[in-house]
Amino acid sequence: MDIKVNVRESEGDAYVVDLTGEIDVYTSPKVKDAITELIDQEHYNLVINLEKVRYIDSTGLGVLIGGLKRVREHGGSVNLVCTNPQIKKIFDITGLVKIFGIFDDEQSAMKALV
Amino acid sequence: MNASTRALEISSHGVVELKIPGRAEWVAVARLAVAAVASRLRFSVDEIEDIKLAIAEACTNSIQSAGGQDAGTIEIVCDAREDELRVTVRDHSTSPRLEPVKTSGLEEGRTEELGVFLIRALMDSVDYTSDPRRGTELVMSKRVTA
Repeated sequence: MDIKVNVRESEGDAYVVDLTGEIDVYTSPKVKDAITELIDQEHYNLVINLEKVRYIDSTGLGVLIGGLKRVREHGGSVNLVCTNPQIKKIFDITGLVKIFGIFDDEQSAMKALV
Repeated sequence: MNASTRALEISSHGVVELKIPGRAEWVAVARLAVAAVASRLRFSVDEIEDIKLAIAEACTNSIQSAGGQDAGTIEIVCDAREDELRVTVRDHSTSPRLEPVKTSGLEEGRTEELGVFLIRALMDSVDYTSDPRRGTELVMSKRVTA
């Protein structure tokens, strides 16, 4: 079980974080480190791509919430790309659909940042 | 239901016990093992995913209650019945946990309680006991609806 994290610059000052694998109590620190590093470098508009994430638990959700809170302090935003029905269901039942912008593709998520 | 299917379902009943080290890297083993047990019953794929997540959250809760350090041994007992899977997750912590949480608190950073919320949302019943001698025990069940 592992998570692969790939960070790339996109349009404007926005950055995309591509995640592949499973996000749980073991792997979520790696995701947190990547997001924290971007924010520390003053990048406050992020798209986190969960298309290739097969599983996420509360610690993974916590990392995303923490990132969102930090970027909002600087007027930024975090949008998610997610098409996996099971993961979308988790965002739905926790009410996080009201907090995050969740999109079916990266282009839409990026467009909604600006 | 043909004879071979019925025979398979009858043989699915039973108790499976697993002990894992109470550390983050072992939680995946617990959730995969419980998913394998759940797949022996007539749960849908989505329901098995729900069970996986709930059991992982229970194990994570044990580890987090130990401050993210080694939580000792976590015992997982799966009682597979004809129409229900009952899973007990037991550790040796006596710290109080499992307070109800409202989603309105999530935005305020109370993410440590998010796991408990998920367990309650995904399983049909959840019981929690804490005993100074036996530790903390979480019993969750999900009924087969198919």
